[in-house]
Amino acid sequence: MSTNSFAYNEQSGGGEAAELGQEATSTISPSSAFGLFSSDMKKNEDLKQMLESNKDSAKLDAMKRIVGMVARGKNASELFPAVVKNVASKNIEIKKLVYVYLVRYAEEQQDLALLSISTFQRALKDPNQLIRASALRVLSSIRVPIIVPIMMLAIKEASADLSPYVRKNAAHAIQKLYSLDPEQKEMLIEVIEKLLKDKSTLVAGSVVMAFEEVCPDRIDLIHKNYRKLCNLLVDVEEWGQVVIIHMLTRYARTQFVSPWKEDNGPEDNEKDFYESDEEQKERIGQRKKPYAMDPDHRLLIRNTKPLLQSRNAAVVMAVAQLYWHIAPKSEAGIISKSLVRLLRSNREVQYIVLQNIATMSIQRKGMFEPYLKSFYVRSTDPTMIKTLKLEILTNLANEANISTLLREFQTYVKSQDKQFAAATIQTIGRCATNISEVTDTCLNGLVCLLSNRDEIVVAESVVVIKKLLQTQPAQHAEIIKHMAKLLDSITVPVARASILWLIGENCERVPKIAPDVLRKMAKTFTGEDDLVKLQILNLGAKLYLTNSKQTKLLTQYILNLGKYDQNYDIRDRTRFIRQLIVPNEKSGALSKYAKKIFLAQKPAPLLESPFKDRDHFQLGTLSHTLNTKATGYLELSNWPEVAPDPSVRNVEVIELAKEWIPAGKTKKETPSKKFYSESEEEDGSSDSSSGSGSGSGEDDEEGDSSEDSSEDSSSGSESEVDNRKTAKKSSTNKGKSDYEDGEKENENSKTSDSSNAESSSVEESSSESESASESESEPEFRKVTKGKERKARQDGKPVAKDVSLLDLDDFNPVSTPVVLPTPVLSPSSIADLRDLNLSASSPVISVSSPVFVPMTSHELLHRMSGKGLAAHYSFPRQPCIFSDKMVSVQITLNNTTDRKIENIHIEEKKLPAGMQMHVFNPIESLEPEGSITVSMGIDFCDSTQTASFQLCTKDDCFSVNIQPPVGELLLPVALSEKDFKKEQGWLTGMNEASAVVTVAPQNSPPSVIRQKVVNVANLGVVPSGQDSIHRFAAKTVHSGSLMLVTVELKEGSTAQLIINTEKTVIGSVLLRELKPVLSQG
Amino acid sequence: MIHSLFLINSSGDIFLEKHWKSVVSRSVCDYFFEAQERATEAENVPPVIPTPHHYLLSVYRHKIFFVAVIQTEVPPLFVIEFLHRVVDTFQDYFGVCSEPVIKDNVVVVYEVLEEMLDNGFPLATESNILKELIKPPTILRTVVNTITGSTNVGDQLPTGQLSVVPWRRTGVKYTNNEAYFDVIEEIDAIIDKSGSTITAEIQGVIDACVKLTGMPDLTLSFMNPRLLDDVSFHPCVRFKRWESERILSFIPPDGNFRLLSYHVSAQNLVAIPVYVKHNISFRDSSSLGRFEITVGPKQTMGKAIEGVIVTSQMPKGVLNMSLTPSQGVHTFDPVTKMLSWDVGKINPQKLPSLKGTMSLQAGASKPDENPTINLQFKIQQLAISGLKVNRLDMYGEKYKPFKGIKYMTKAGKFQVRT
Repeated sequence: MSTNSFAYNEQSGGGEAAELGQEATSTISPSSAFGLFSSDMKKNEDLKQMLESNKDSAKLDAMKRIVGMVARGKNASELFPAVVKNVASKNIEIKKLVYVYLVRYAEEQQDLALLSISTFQRALKDPNQLIRASALRVLSSIRVPIIVPIMMLAIKEASADLSPYVRKNAAHAIQKLYSLDPEQKEMLIEVIEKLLKDKSTLVAGSVVMAFEEVCPDRIDLIHKNYRKLCNLLVDVEEWGQVVIIHMLTRYARTQFVSPWKEDNGPEDNEKDFYESDEEQKERIGQRKKPYAMDPDHRLLIRNTKPLLQSRNAAVVMAVAQLYWHIAPKSEAGIISKSLVRLLRSNREVQYIVLQNIATMSIQRKGMFEPYLKSFYVRSTDPTMIKTLKLEILTNLANEANISTLLREFQTYVKSQDKQFAAATIQTIGRCATNISEVTDTCLNGLVCLLSNRDEIVVAESVVVIKKLLQTQPAQHAEIIKHMAKLLDSITVPVARASILWLIGENCERVPKIAPDVLRKMAKTFTGEDDLVKLQILNLGAKLYLTNSKQTKLLTQYILNLGKYDQNYDIRDRTRFIRQLIVPNEKSGALSKYAKKIFLAQKPAPLLESPFKDRDHFQLGTLSHTLNTKATGYLELSNWPEVAPDPSVRNVEVIELAKEWIPAGKTKKETPSKKFYSESEEEDGSSDSSSGSGSGSGEDDEEGDSSEDSSEDSSSGSESEVDNRKTAKKSSTNKGKSDYEDGEKENENSKTSDSSNAESSSVEESSSESESASESESEPEFRKVTKGKERKARQDGKPVAKDVSLLDLDDFNPVSTPVVLPTPVLSPSSIADLRDLNLSASSPVISVSSPVFVPMTSHELLHRMSGKGLAAHYSFPRQPCIFSDKMVSVQITLNNTTDRKIENIHIEEKKLPAGMQMHVFNPIESLEPEGSITVSMGIDFCDSTQTASFQLCTKDDCFSVNIQPPVGELLLPVALSEKDFKKEQGWLTGMNEASAVVTVAPQNSPPSVIRQKVVNVANLGVVPSGQDSIHRFAAKTVHSGSLMLVTVELKEGSTAQLIINTEKTVIGSVLLRELKPVLSQG
Repeated sequence: MIHSLFLINSSGDIFLEKHWKSVVSRSVCDYFFEAQERATEAENVPPVIPTPHHYLLSVYRHKIFFVAVIQTEVPPLFVIEFLHRVVDTFQDYFGVCSEPVIKDNVVVVYEVLEEMLDNGFPLATESNILKELIKPPTILRTVVNTITGSTNVGDQLPTGQLSVVPWRRTGVKYTNNEAYFDVIEEIDAIIDKSGSTITAEIQGVIDACVKLTGMPDLTLSFMNPRLLDDVSFHPCVRFKRWESERILSFIPPDGNFRLLSYHVSAQNLVAIPVYVKHNISFRDSSSLGRFEITVGPKQTMGKAIEGVIVTSQMPKGVLNMSLTPSQGVHTFDPVTKMLSWDVGKINPQKLPSLKGTMSLQAGASKPDENPTINLQFKIQQLAISGLKVNRLDMYGEKYKPFKGIKYMTKAGKFQVRT
């Protein structure tokens, strides 16, 4: 704490002069006094020194003070060079604070910021996912255009990261890069497309956000992920839910037909709807509409419903607007309860929610009528809340509740908050016009208010009465007289103008008063407000036309006053009126119609809610709140007349097919899946036989069944965690292993196809093969499934049906899984769990350093046959520096003669096909008794074939050959026990070679066994939980295939030796070599 | 999404700023100050203010404005809810959320804000996760850190972030395992002049403080769950279980959290536990007005009413009041015209009353409306709706936790019109 307050004293000096001034004025900062004494330069010098020091504590202190400066908006940019040096600090807190600083100032100091980039690039490869993620975050937050390509690369890599957390950050980075350089859009869309397929709930929200920002119009990217998103929704974090729901609302409006088509009847009809009870409603709905809802549409509505119970107001509002915009009108009623609940929340939340309710209540009163009392105003509410509540009360007013409401309004009118009282009066006016039964009551009440002591209230009443009288022709001469009297006391211009207008309009009904009023007004004309002056002119003109005898002079007097008024509008009006009403020689044809012009029947003003026109904005948006289009507002499209092809959303089915078919494990289906697929099949066949008539009914049924299944799965996720864990795990594993099998197969085929071009890194090859398999296998399956789907979807077109029938016969054995309604079946949390699995046990296969390097060397050339030149070769077990597919070989040359041997080099390589060799640079001379070691690389193509070549000197050539022991064709890898087991699980069957050996007694201690094994082969030791089992892992140098060795000690000094690898040949050779090692002493 | 955040105190100083995208000049707050001036009261500042290039969304809590700067369309509640979450987090970290506290902990505040948003989109808002990433400052930890040089910043990704229970941190250990649940109900009511109820509702919450080792799985059942009309849950509650069995089943977060908030259906008649007798009269002629109120218990189910505070906003015409309470203390602020009477506990034998006169502005006409009386009170050991917890069970862990359930009824927005 003490350091912090110290920091404060120092900081305040750091600002510019202006800020210092501001600082000094605020009384609450005693620090400013200190700040004034220490000069800028000195203080920053001090910070720089602290940053240069080699003590972490000093650096941390300095960074804390600097961040304090940043937080207070002080300029700390001149410290940039000093700070950026610490970007690679080991201390994580310093590092984080440097990140904070860097993100803030990098844009201003682009060149210097570049110095830090390499640190982040390194951190992007860190094994700790938090560090990878934060490196990506900072790298993408540095707004320096030069590094766009680096960012792009980093995003691409991170989007394939095994940690969903890193992928989430990648989704965020997409938006950052897009805002920095919109030209990257196309590339970014590719990444978005990839991330949209992600099954992690963590990623879903962020990637949809990126989608909304970068390419909201690419609705086609959503199709394939629609059902997955719907199903994941409940498990996504709350902020993601909001974004996804808003996006899906837009999506639904483009993809489904309107569920309200039949509902567009009159208002009354709708009211009936709400008053009737649920079932009846349902029934009416069913009977009335031949319309059948798309099951996907239903899925969305159903899956969002539980979110109404969210504690997050934004989520509740998002669901509410979804129901409002896409649910059948009969179902939208359920949102009102939740919205009313939000009214208990903070004032800001109330404000937004009330605004939305106001819009809704105009169109569908019934929704909020039961909650009328929740909108009663409390004296402690802020004014903006009060007015909104009033607005809603007005919208909800009807014949039944108006009397209660009017009583309530009476209290409001007396409120001390006059602005609110005025609003109430307007409200009463609106109620009076809307509900004819109470017009008179309201009018009387308003007239009573005319005697109120508060001017604002009176003025507002006058204005409202004026409007009311206009709608109520005649019979109110008394009121007009009363109001005419008010003219003496009232000063508010609008009210005065309103009274004058009223008198003018009804001058024939109050013939005695009107001229008198004009007389009074003529006296005060010059002192009146412009608004009032205009109405005086109007009154004069009207009187002149109806009662010219009494008022002719008065009017002319007023017109003369108006002629010289300061306001040009008034002068203009005066001129206009004079021309119209006063006959003179020039007066045109119009003056004949003057009476008609002035005393025309005027339509009554419509008292409308200010929220009337807001409904064209999507509810819950900023644009709706402001009632103007905000930047980046995405228009909600109208329902399409005809729904676009619903089968575009079926794509996930194909993915499943891909997983299943190559694995050839259709038998492994779980019973429930089978059940669904069968019912589905039956559905289809019955449909095809029964003809097109039953199409829609069938559709319904199918929708229901799929919904049920989704229910089931999600209810599963709600059940007790223990059960869930185990159950889910098993299912996950099953699904997973299937999937992985498919993947592995693909990988196999891929590697065998293009073994030459393949790189050695396992990670890379697997990801490559994944994408390859996707691109290759998809079209084929698409063909297969297209027909199926069309059939399953019951398009009702006979032609298509015939075709699909044929298809079904052809592909029957494979088709069962294809028709599965997978997206509905895949429960949301499975994906979650799978991700967990992945991240927890990510099989990061990295080459580790060799456990043991044997000193044995093999003879390449005997000194006798080499004419004094002897050569030995050995395997240093290091990754080869020439190519990562080569095995490095060390050759030691000895000169046993007594003269120099010159120009030792290699010639005439006779290598089997595919093998390659990187020779050593020729050795110019080797002194007598001298010895030299050179290294070379040989790509043995993962075989034990001999590499033959000639070792030449200046004078001679000697044929030599190198045959690698199988154990040297490997590179050790680091694997955890869990990963090992998982990998092993996939490498069974043909890929497994095993043997039982008798272990010599002296070999049984674990260390000895380990020593023996690693002596023979370059294997990495896998930490093992049990003493009796030893595991070793390596990958082949050329192809990078895993080589897993297990030695399991049994009783009776026997041991089971198991080798799992795709390279079965090497596996069996290795097995053969290891056997004697263990059995011999 | 959220571009920048400014923290502004009541005197209009920006004392903290944070930017998540490129820097927005603090001059953008001028529009806010303008609106603030127009609104006169802090409460009336509109939460959404459009400016030519930005939109300012603000919340006002603890006498601080949290102003978020937005550039493009975004659901306003999204931002507002997030800002409230920020305030809650600060409160959670520092105990209170006030200007001096934020200034003292500016580095932690900054680190927390950095973790909460990435590029303006919420990243980690769950307090359990945040606390693992950045440990809240305590005196002990500050001392330890200065000695050992360790930091407040975690270097591992909190496991919760990736798990299916993101709200709970792993590896929780307590020597005393305890779980406390407070059922707190608030009565919102408007009582009219004659003492009849215009509207009354009960809103309840169940706040929990759970300190349990490991991964406990709790179920909480009610005697009368039908009472609950509308509920909203903490994300940990399994919704399906509630739908089917009306049982709350959940793996709780560690520490304090709000498990449930509920609404008791409006059909049920709400028992109003207190009544207020009032006689407030202004006379046109004299400059004195009479003021007399008495508070008494009504339907309290035999429980004592405590912590009664009566407040009332008097009309502008009232210059001063000379009152004598039969118990408690009263204050009248002649500037804000706010009368406040701290009654304390109501003794049914001797009802508390406040009597006296008001002096009115000479010559001014009598106010139209009598002041509204706001009431606060507490009743311990009673949930006014009659809601009762049946039992609390724990699965998944072996130890026996200490369980406690407390009931309380409070006045929410309780107003008496006079």
